[in-house]
Amino acid sequence: MSALLEVEDLSVEFATDDGVVSAVDGVTLSARAGEILGIVGESGSGKSVLISAILRLVRPPGRIVSGRLRFEGNDLLALPEAELEAIRGARIALVPQTPRTSLNPLMTVGRQVERLLRLHRGMDKRAAREAAIAMLERVRIPDPKRRAGQYAHELSGGMCQRVMIAMALATEPRLLLADEPTTGLDVSIGARILELLRQLGEESGAAIILVTHDLGVVAQTCHRVAVMHAGQLSELAEVDELFERPLHPYTRALVRSIPRIDQQIALKPIAGTVPSLVNVRPGCRYVRRCPDALAACRRQRPPLIVAGNGHRVACHAVGQSNVVR
Amino acid sequence: MSVLAQDIADDRDDDIVAPTARWRRAARWLRRNPVSAAAIVVISLLVFVAVFAPVLEPYKPDVPDPMAVLKPPSWAHPLGTDGFGRDVLSRIIDATTLDLSIALAATLVALSIGMVVGALSGYRGGWVDLIVLRLVDVLMAFPAFVLAMGITAALGNSIANVAIALSMTQLPAYIRLVRGEMLRVRTLEYAEAAVSIGNPSWRVALVHLLPNCLPPLTVQATLAMGYAVLTMASLSFIGLGIAPPQSEWGSMTADGATYMSTGEWWLFVFPGVAIVMTVLAFNLVGDALRDLLDPRLRGTR
Repeated sequence: MSALLEVEDLSVEFATDDGVVSAVDGVTLSARAGEILGIVGESGSGKSVLISAILRLVRPPGRIVSGRLRFEGNDLLALPEAELEAIRGARIALVPQTPRTSLNPLMTVGRQVERLLRLHRGMDKRAAREAAIAMLERVRIPDPKRRAGQYAHELSGGMCQRVMIAMALATEPRLLLADEPTTGLDVSIGARILELLRQLGEESGAAIILVTHDLGVVAQTCHRVAVMHAGQLSELAEVDELFERPLHPYTRALVRSIPRIDQQIALKPIAGTVPSLVNVRPGCRYVRRCPDALAACRRQRPPLIVAGNGHRVACHAVGQSNVVR
Repeated sequence: MSVLAQDIADDRDDDIVAPTARWRRAARWLRRNPVSAAAIVVISLLVFVAVFAPVLEPYKPDVPDPMAVLKPPSWAHPLGTDGFGRDVLSRIIDATTLDLSIALAATLVALSIGMVVGALSGYRGGWVDLIVLRLVDVLMAFPAFVLAMGITAALGNSIANVAIALSMTQLPAYIRLVRGEMLRVRTLEYAEAAVSIGNPSWRVALVHLLPNCLPPLTVQATLAMGYAVLTMASLSFIGLGIAPPQSEWGSMTADGATYMSTGEWWLFVFPGVAIVMTVLAFNLVGDALRDLLDPRLRGTR
């Protein structure tokens, strides 16, 4: 499988009164057609900023300071805004964190799907209306005709998220960005939304980047996982590989912190919190929380090294020991 | 597919307000606010008179009757006649059409321009916003009436120029209002969502965000209608508004004022009452709208 989206050494900074916040620092990863790539990390690890950077929607005072974004052969960072508008919502779609407030409160949900189709597909009103209802049906909204005539406040959170997914998929995008799509929903509805995403992703062959802080979600839905900590990419691997052989001390800590119902062991919370990202020093950003920290970790940022088939890790300690085969 | 059944169960929200309930709610509100109800009746009457003026006028408004000069109110001339023998009631009715339509046209023009400029200025920000705000400041530096006087004095007092003058006095308020609302709504999540699906920024501002800025504008526009009528009458009163043969409330009041010392009171009282009633009615409706739209005031008293 070839890479659909290649993110190379991407950095995003926010200029604040307290100094420069380095929200995303040199992240390199790729998404392939037909796969679900999970991005996990604690709050503040830069996951959401990375997502908005892919759509080039980082708001001032935020700024993409370096790196490359290649999507279907285009350099997204070099495209003029007008061409980007043609890509957003058409080739790359976003499923937001808060579905209800992401819908226009003064327009029926059906019309919002219609407008999207008319904007990107140039459909006439009638065709767009039919396609919109078909789309609502595809995301398993019961009685789609009636639902299309309702407003966001008349629908439940799960229904709103289905509408957002319908909008995201209506234009058959090649890349779907789902930014914690289940945060605002209760667990059982969240699980159904994820299942729906997985099925529709499979049907359409689109790549999905799923941002979450829930490793359980990752284990169930993703093919590959990228672990982010404090704006840096710590580890990237196939999902089974990551859970069986986590290499980065942070990933190991994350995996250990998953509650298990079949074992009577005490949970191990990760020591410390995500460090402040204001005027950061060079070196690994996990160093203060890391049990295996070496002297080099403070001085120099660990490079992303290959640690097996498709398994990459950014850690000095891993490079030193013989964990790598 | 038990999933489906569960989903249907999730979505039992049938709390959509039925249309009949909405009317009933409106009727109850009107009963509780008799003053606002009266103001609405007055405005409806004015609109009715304005539309059917030619039918309602008992005499031709601009045809003098030498046999009936300066007659006090009587059964033949309910509001009396003026110095040329023209029927005052007919002239007031005739003027209603002009006064209301100019005020309305001026308000609509100012509203449309103000909405678009304010929306883009607030959404875009940056240097566009800066320039727009400075221009608004310049317009606002003039008292509204002085601005209107200056414009009609410079352009000449045709009907179109009076309308232009009136809309220029309203414009800055709309721009400021929409711009302020835009600053609020542009940070809402659905604004970002609209950008993320590839809408160009003008469309996000005008199609998706502007409708959310409208409620306070309706209040401003209603109040502005009253002020427009008042300003137009004042312009005519000092001779910078509508030119004489055309009947207009302000110029009628001005004409009548010359008879003040000789006792023909009906010449200035009745057109004056028409002005006061109209302005008052629009102000009352505007205030009622403001109360209705402010959730903190809803349900009080």
